[in-house]
Amino acid sequence: MSTAPQGAPATAPQGGPTLLTARGIDKHFGAVQALYKVDLDLPAGAVTCLCGDNGAGKSVMTRCISGIHAPDHGEICWMGEPVSIRTPRDASHLGIETVFQDLALADNLDIVQNMFLGREIVRRGFLDEDSMERAASKTLAELRVTSVRSIRQPVASLSGGQRQSVAVAKAVMWNSKLVILDEPTAALGVVQTRQVLDLVLRMRDNGLAVMVISHNLNDVFEVADRIAVLQLGRMVVQGPASDFDRQSLVDYMTTGTSSRRPAGSSDPDGAVS
Amino acid sequence: MARVDADPLSAEPSPAEPTAPADDPTAAVAAADLVVPPALVAQTLPEYARAWGARVRNGDAGVLPVVVGMVLIAVVFEAISPSHVFLSANNIVNLFQQSAVFMVLAMAQCFPLLLGEIDLSVGYVGPLAGIVTVQLVEPATTNWPWWAAIVVGLAVVGVWGFLQGTLITRLRIPSFIVTLAGFLIANGVCLIVLSFGPFSGYPPLAGTSSNVAVINHLMYGTIDPTISWIAMVVVVALLAVVLWLRDARRRASGLVAPPRGLTILKIVFIAIVGVVVVAICGINRAHFGTIEGVPWVIPIVLGVLGVWMILLERTRFGRYVYAIGGNAEAARRAGVGLAGVRTWCFVLCSMTAGLAGMLFFSYLGGASNNINGGQLTLYAVAAAVIGGTSLFGGRGRVLHGVLGGLVIGGIYNGMFLLGLAVEWEYIVTGLVLIVAVAIDSLSRRVR
Ligand SMILES: Nc1ncnc2c1ncn2[C@@H]1O[C@H](COP(=O)(O)OP(=O)(O)OP(=O)(O)O)[C@@H](O)[C@H]1O
Ligand SMILES: [Mg+2]
Repeated sequence: MSTAPQGAPATAPQGGPTLLTARGIDKHFGAVQALYKVDLDLPAGAVTCLCGDNGAGKSVMTRCISGIHAPDHGEICWMGEPVSIRTPRDASHLGIETVFQDLALADNLDIVQNMFLGREIVRRGFLDEDSMERAASKTLAELRVTSVRSIRQPVASLSGGQRQSVAVAKAVMWNSKLVILDEPTAALGVVQTRQVLDLVLRMRDNGLAVMVISHNLNDVFEVADRIAVLQLGRMVVQGPASDFDRQSLVDYMTTGTSSRRPAGSSDPDGAVS
Repeated sequence: MARVDADPLSAEPSPAEPTAPADDPTAAVAAADLVVPPALVAQTLPEYARAWGARVRNGDAGVLPVVVGMVLIAVVFEAISPSHVFLSANNIVNLFQQSAVFMVLAMAQCFPLLLGEIDLSVGYVGPLAGIVTVQLVEPATTNWPWWAAIVVGLAVVGVWGFLQGTLITRLRIPSFIVTLAGFLIANGVCLIVLSFGPFSGYPPLAGTSSNVAVINHLMYGTIDPTISWIAMVVVVALLAVVLWLRDARRRASGLVAPPRGLTILKIVFIAIVGVVVVAICGINRAHFGTIEGVPWVIPIVLGVLGVWMILLERTRFGRYVYAIGGNAEAARRAGVGLAGVRTWCFVLCSMTAGLAGMLFFSYLGGASNNINGGQLTLYAVAAAVIGGTSLFGGRGRVLHGVLGGLVIGGIYNGMFLLGLAVEWEYIVTGLVLIVAVAIDSLSRRVR
C-alpha cells in the first residue's frame, strides 16, 4: 500500500505551508467537555486523518472549524492570519467545505437542489436550473455516482450510500482550499469508496488541504500523510503518518499513549500534554 | 456569483454524461422506485401514466385526493341540490367568489406551513387589513384613493407579520403561541378600528364614491366578455409558449424533462380550463338585467397564485423556504439565513391574508364587527392541508391551497343550497380535514 510521500519535511509538519492552525480549542455542551485545548494543523497539499474512538470529539472539532459551533476558547488561524469563523458562510468564503457525519441534506429537495443549496446559480433573479443540473451531473459522473436513477429525484428516495455520495459531491464541486470529510465512506460500496479515496488523493495532489475522519484503518493508512489522534476530547498525538503503525494508532486511540512507536521516529509535533 | 469549479476533480477527466435518465426507462419504470417523480423516469406518455399509477398506489398521491374530492363534491351536490343548481353558471361563479377568500387565505398559510410552522392569526389579521382599507376609503372618514388605502392596509398587516415573525425567530417562541396571541390582539384592534367614524361598527361599501366602488368591485366587478376572451387567449398562449420552450430546451440539452406528450397535455388542460371558465362567466347570470363576464376576483386570485408560485418555485428565497421546511439544520449549514427567511414568510403570510380580508369585506359588502375569525383561520389551515400541503413542513404548493379552498367553498356552497344549518357545514368540513391530514400522515409513513 502506498502511503505518505516521503521526503524532507518542510517547515510545516508535512506537505505545503500550514493552511489552518487551531490552537487551544475548548468546547463544552452543558456539563460535557467535548474538546480540551485542542491544537490541530492542516497543511495544504496533505491529507490529515483525524482518528479517535466514538465520542472522542472528532465531529465537534469538525463543526468548530466549519462555523457550526463557536469554540468557547481558542484561536483559528487561516494562512497565518487569525480569523473568526462564526457562520457556515464564513467558512465557505474562506474556502472550507465539509461533508458532515449526518450529511446535512434536505430530504424533500432533489439531488441538484441539495448540491447547490445556499449557492444557487441565479440568472436575472430566477434560479438557473439548467446550469445547476448540468454542473451537478458532471460532478456526479466524475465521482462515478451512476447508481442514482435521476438527479432530479428527492434525496429522501436515495439509499444511505447514495446520500453519502451526494454529500461528498456537494462538498467537492466548489473551488475550495480545505475539504473536511467526516466519515465519508462509512456507508459506501467498494467502488464508491475507491472513488472517494482517489478523490481525496487527487485533491491533495492539486494542493488542497484535506482532513478525513475514518474508523477504517486501512483507509487511514492508505491516504494519510499526517495522523492526529483525539482521545476523550484531548489531542494526544499528531504527526507524519510514517510515525504510526496500526498497533500504535490503536493504542493512542484507546489509551492516549503508546509504547510501540516505530523506531527512529522523532517526537510527534503538536502533542499536547 | 456561484462558482462551479470542478478543479479538484479535473486531474482525471471523464466523460461528463448526465446520470439521468436511466438508460433503460422501461426497466426503470418496471422496477418502480416509487418515490421518484414519474416525469423523471418516463420517456413517453404511457410510461408516465404507469409510473404515476405506481406512485399513487404507494401512497404518494399528490393532488389526486383533492381532485377526487372536488369531483365528488360536484357530483353529489349536483345530484341532491334542489333543481340541480349546483353546477349552474350562476352558482359556479358564486361558488368561486365564496371560495376566493379561503383560497387566498390558504395560499397565505402555505408560507408558514412549508416552514413547518403555523399562523393562527390570519383569521383576524387578514380582516384587519380589510377594515383599515374600508375605513380609509370611506368619504365620511378619510376619503383616501382606493390604491393608497389598499397599500396602507397591506402595509399595516405586513408590519404585524414582521413583529410576529421576529418574536418567533429571534426569541424562539413557538409560532403556535405567538400567532394565537396575535389572533386575540388583532381581534381587539379590529374592533377599535371599526369604532372610528359614524358607522357604529359597520362601515358599508355602498354609495357613490368611486374609491368605495373599487373595493366593492374586488369581488363583484366584472370584465367585459370580449376583453375576458382576449385576455384569456393571451394568457394561455403565453403560458403555453413558456412551458413548451422550457421543456423543449431541457429535452434538447439532455436534461431531465417531461415527455413531449405531457407538455402538450398540460397546455391543452390549461387551455380547456381557460375556455370553460370564461365561457361560464360569459353566461348572463342575473335574474333581471345583465351580469356577465369574468369577475375581477378570478384574475386577482390567479395573479396571487402566479406570483407566489414563481416566488416559491423559481427563486432562491423559495428554495430556502422548502429547504428550511425539509431540514432546517442542513439549510443553516449551507449558509441560509434562517431568521430572515422565516420572518419574511410571516410577513408574506400576513399580507396575503390581508388581501383575503379585503376580498372578504368586498364579498360581505362592507366591514363588520361580526367576523368569525376562528373559522377563517381554521378554514385557511384546512384548505391548505386538504389541498395537499404537509403540516410537517417542506411539502406542498400554493396551487394546493387554491384547490383546497375550492373544496371548502364547494362544501360551504352546497350545504347552503341544501338549506342545511351551519352546524352541518362545520361537521362536514371537520371530517374532510381529518381525512386530508390522515392522507398526509399516511404518505409520510410510507416514505
Ligand atoms: N450538539 C451536542 N450537544 C451536546 N453534546 C454533544 C453535541 N455534540 C457532541 N456532543 C458530545 O461531545 C462528545 C464528542 O462527540 P463527537 O460527535 O465529536 O464524537 P465523534 O468523535 O465524532 O464520535 P463518532 O466516531 O461516534 O462520530 C460526545 O460526548 C457527545 O455526546
Ligand atoms: Mg463523529
